[in-house]
Amino acid sequence: MTDITSQTEAALAAIAAADSLDALETQRLDTLGKKGWVSLALKTLGGMSPEERTAAAPAIQSARASIAEALETKKAALEAAALEQQLARERIDLTLPAQVAPKGSVHPVSQVMDELAEIFADLGFAVATGPEIEDDWHNFTALNMDETHPARAMHDTFYFPDKTGECREILLRTHTSPVQIRAMLDQGAPIRIIAPGRVYRSDSDATHTPMFHQVEGLVIDRDIHLGHLKWTLETFFKAFFEREDITLRLRPSYFPFTEPSVEVDVGYSTEGGRRVVGGRGDAPGHAWMELGGSGMVNARVLEFAGLDPAEWQGFAFGLGIDRIAMLKYGMNDLRAFFDGDPRWLAHYGFSPFDQPTLSAGVGARA
Amino acid sequence: MKFSLTWLKDHLETTATVAEICDALNAIGLEVEGVEDPAEKLSGFRVAHVLTAARHPDADKLQVLTVDTGEGDPLQVVCGAPNARAGMKGVLGLPGAVVPANGMVLKKSAIRGVESNGMMCSVRELELGEDHDGIIELPEDAPVGSDFASYHGASPVIEVAVTPNRPDCMGVYGIARDLAAKGLGTMKPVAMPSFAAEGACPVEIRTDDPEGCPAFYGRVIKGVKNGPSPDWLQQRLKSAGQRPISLLVDLTNYLMLGYGRPAHVYDLAKLQGAVVARRAKDGEEVLALNEKTYTLDSGMVVIADDVQVHDIAGIMGGEHSGVQDDTTDVLLEIAYFDPARIGATGRKLGLSSDARTRFERGVDPEFLDQGLDLLTGLIVELAGGTASEVVRAGSPPSDAKVIAFDPGLTARLGGVEVPEDEQKRILESLGFTVSADWQVTCPLRRHDIEGPADLVEEVVRIHGLDMVASVALPRVEGVARPTATPQQKLERGLRRAAAASGLNEAVTWSFLPTWAAEHFASDQPLWVLANPISEDMKAMRPSLLPGLLMAAKRNADRGAAASRLFEIGRRYFRGQDGLSDEKPTLGIVLAGEKTPRGWQSGKAQGFDAYDAKALALQLLEAAGAPVANLMVMGEAGAQFHPGQSATLRLGPKTVLARFGMVHPATLKAFDADGPIAAVELFLDAIPPKKNAAFARAGFTPPALQAVTRDFAFLVPSALAAGDLARALQGADKASITGVRVFDVFAGQGVPEGHKSIAIEVTLQPGESSFKDAELKAIAEKVVAAAAKLGGSLRG
Repeated sequence: MTDITSQTEAALAAIAAADSLDALETQRLDTLGKKGWVSLALKTLGGMSPEERTAAAPAIQSARASIAEALETKKAALEAAALEQQLARERIDLTLPAQVAPKGSVHPVSQVMDELAEIFADLGFAVATGPEIEDDWHNFTALNMDETHPARAMHDTFYFPDKTGECREILLRTHTSPVQIRAMLDQGAPIRIIAPGRVYRSDSDATHTPMFHQVEGLVIDRDIHLGHLKWTLETFFKAFFEREDITLRLRPSYFPFTEPSVEVDVGYSTEGGRRVVGGRGDAPGHAWMELGGSGMVNARVLEFAGLDPAEWQGFAFGLGIDRIAMLKYGMNDLRAFFDGDPRWLAHYGFSPFDQPTLSAGVGARA
Repeated sequence: MKFSLTWLKDHLETTATVAEICDALNAIGLEVEGVEDPAEKLSGFRVAHVLTAARHPDADKLQVLTVDTGEGDPLQVVCGAPNARAGMKGVLGLPGAVVPANGMVLKKSAIRGVESNGMMCSVRELELGEDHDGIIELPEDAPVGSDFASYHGASPVIEVAVTPNRPDCMGVYGIARDLAAKGLGTMKPVAMPSFAAEGACPVEIRTDDPEGCPAFYGRVIKGVKNGPSPDWLQQRLKSAGQRPISLLVDLTNYLMLGYGRPAHVYDLAKLQGAVVARRAKDGEEVLALNEKTYTLDSGMVVIADDVQVHDIAGIMGGEHSGVQDDTTDVLLEIAYFDPARIGATGRKLGLSSDARTRFERGVDPEFLDQGLDLLTGLIVELAGGTASEVVRAGSPPSDAKVIAFDPGLTARLGGVEVPEDEQKRILESLGFTVSADWQVTCPLRRHDIEGPADLVEEVVRIHGLDMVASVALPRVEGVARPTATPQQKLERGLRRAAAASGLNEAVTWSFLPTWAAEHFASDQPLWVLANPISEDMKAMRPSLLPGLLMAAKRNADRGAAASRLFEIGRRYFRGQDGLSDEKPTLGIVLAGEKTPRGWQSGKAQGFDAYDAKALALQLLEAAGAPVANLMVMGEAGAQFHPGQSATLRLGPKTVLARFGMVHPATLKAFDADGPIAAVELFLDAIPPKKNAAFARAGFTPPALQAVTRDFAFLVPSALAAGDLARALQGADKASITGVRVFDVFAGQGVPEGHKSIAIEVTLQPGESSFKDAELKAIAEKVVAAAAKLGGSLRG
């Protein structure tokens, strides 16, 4: 009896003293292992008579239980200490730089085109497109710009030496207006479209590039008048600039493709060297800035586009996309739009997740 | 068009301020481009009285004046002008005033030790003329102390942009008429100087080209004395930006600028025989007043005598018969030329002039006699002489357009209700006549009026565009309907997917230098401009890559470590019927460092062909292309590295994309440092999604877990890994759901001419788990499939 008690005490002391998992394992083998003295003692119970067994078993069982528990407890403690040591070893310097994923961007022209599409979709306008390499019939003739119109001159318009199968001159479209003609010929009336895209003029200086972007708007129906044009432009600009104080001034003007023709000015002020749209142009500290041309579609244009002017009428407008992009987002150099400089693109470009939506506001704030 | 307020008030009785006039001009479609008030330049200059003049103690040529400025004590002023003397009145610039001619700010100073409190000014110093011989001498009655600007009658000058449809407003009179219609005042009758015409015109006048020159009126004035023009005339011409030349020339300019009516004055002594409007002979030459010689052709109208051409009709007179200071007898010409022919002639000769601008847009056919009388009267009044009767050849157009107008159209088209009597008033004040049943007769000068819409414009612009109320466009019930086409949605989605992949969207020129376009043309005929703005912008791009490569090169030259650029735009090809075929395309260029050197990643790494492949596949997937079915095939094009580029095809013919490393020769041509990877996605080739419904095909994740098996095959070196993977994928279509190459090895342990490819095959059990026999059977099929391609299982 005393044997087991003293053996147990010795074992428990050894377990407590074990300083590693290996040392602990040695103790386990010595006690509870196949050849450990506890296991051997337990085996002796099988050869005993029931009386002897009843007398001897409790002590052995008890020794086994207390040793097993001690082993378990010690093991957990040693493991915890080992883990702690391991974690201490695994410490890293998190001030070191992490890998940086490149950040992409959407070009301001594309962003503004998406904004245009979103706003005008709400007003029922679809987006139409047409070729950039056009013929002079669509670009000039059908827009009531006859053979002698000055815009046809070589110093304004880029020409190709080729002719179409119908012997028309081939040129780079000078405006998005030919898309009007194509859309009316294709779809007839009523029609509501905008047509954004690249246009080309033989012009290059600090504020003009030979390629730039325009958006054309066209509404043809039975009873569309100048008041609708005014509302459409006002509504668009308020939505685009997200300002209620946008004030437009319409001035009579002349374009061959519209009658009456109207030039559109917007009031602005200059703040910190930048033009900020809003307010009346004749208010103190304000001025008017030309934004684009518009008017009621000339009856001749409707005829060229296969519509009966006695039945259909409507308006058209044209705006410079690069220009309104610059006004809204504060760029001041048009040439930089076409340079592909990643520094500029990262600064003035937009996150892919700035998808314009009406519910979030079509604009992306800086 | 520039004119002074004074000039405007010659024709318009008005009390309106300059600001009100400018607002009205803008409102009626005569855009104000600027207002310049000479009074501002002359502020600080006063009418002054010289009280005493004494010699400067230290300078022979200077005098010391005491000058009364109308207030306070007289000022002491040092003056060098020989005509400065006691008792005279002149113009004194006070300290602080800025001398208009040279921008000098006047200040109190000492001149040779004598204090001077300002400067007595010459005509030239105040930019009022060329005279600099002495200081300005003002008349006795000039009010001392008054502001010189107001004494001098300096008048604000307004510059307006006249749209090409309104030649009737290319004279001050026409502008006054529009302003009067707007209610800014009332028109004054034209002051016609009286003269007596005596005797028939001694010169025969003819028009031999009634189409090009329907009317040619003339008159001779004998005994004129040419010379400088009077001040009122000089002031008006200067306000319009014209330099006064001589009385006879200035008066024709006055008629043109004041009434929009060009005329010409010939020196009669230089003319011989009949003066005739005719077509030029091919090759005929004329030395024009701008001292250039022009070679004419038979499409052009000229005025000629028996000997030579004296005038390119309606555009510019000839040097030979132009009036001189000693001219005494003149022939006046006032004519009507066909506008289209004037325009064509001017364009052909590359010659513009104030006269051409007016004639080609259309002058007033009703203003020939009156214009001629006005010019004659002014010449006789100011230059003397005796005028003959008028001689007229031909007649100007006289058929007035009559438009049946419905005044209700103003509201229907113009969007504003204007009472009928107001519409009538507006039209009549612009010179239209309106009958009781609204037949509107147009004045002949209004060449721009074609139909009822033009009359609406007249009514609305005078009534006021600001009176047009905004009216909402009718809208469909409910929320707005989607409008974007599949192509538009594709481009929008791709753009944002590309940006989300770390690429910066660029917009580059559609035109390229010809060499760059040719480099990428791949034998397709290019579109090359006939009149490019420069050689660098000449040929339309057949690929998006050249523009992006050039941008990447610029960026590298600027020290950029990397360019990850993409662009969505068109490539321009030849289409049917001589038209263009413009293909929507996405281009990508990856240049410079993909990863910079780093404490983790080691050396900086460039982009490789697999970066390009990954982007191509990722974006094609975003575009909805069936990426799993694509084949990687060679031939990305000569601009790419032949061994490190390929196309992605749907079937052998439909190329959706090309990608890979840019060919060293291309890099050299673009002077760019490599390696550069590039991708081009051909958006028009991507098939539209087939299933347009919202609901997806039914799907439940399989209940049983997939198992993987690894195989390593020895295959001939030339075998493409993709071909092996494809073969394995097809070995047991029911069970094999995935095949992935995870190792490729050649070298030690692998026989010469071979490589080892390790592939993980994913097997998906159906209803019940695979049994060992089934797995063994599948493995055998996999090995057999590899064997067909020359692969053997690696032991």
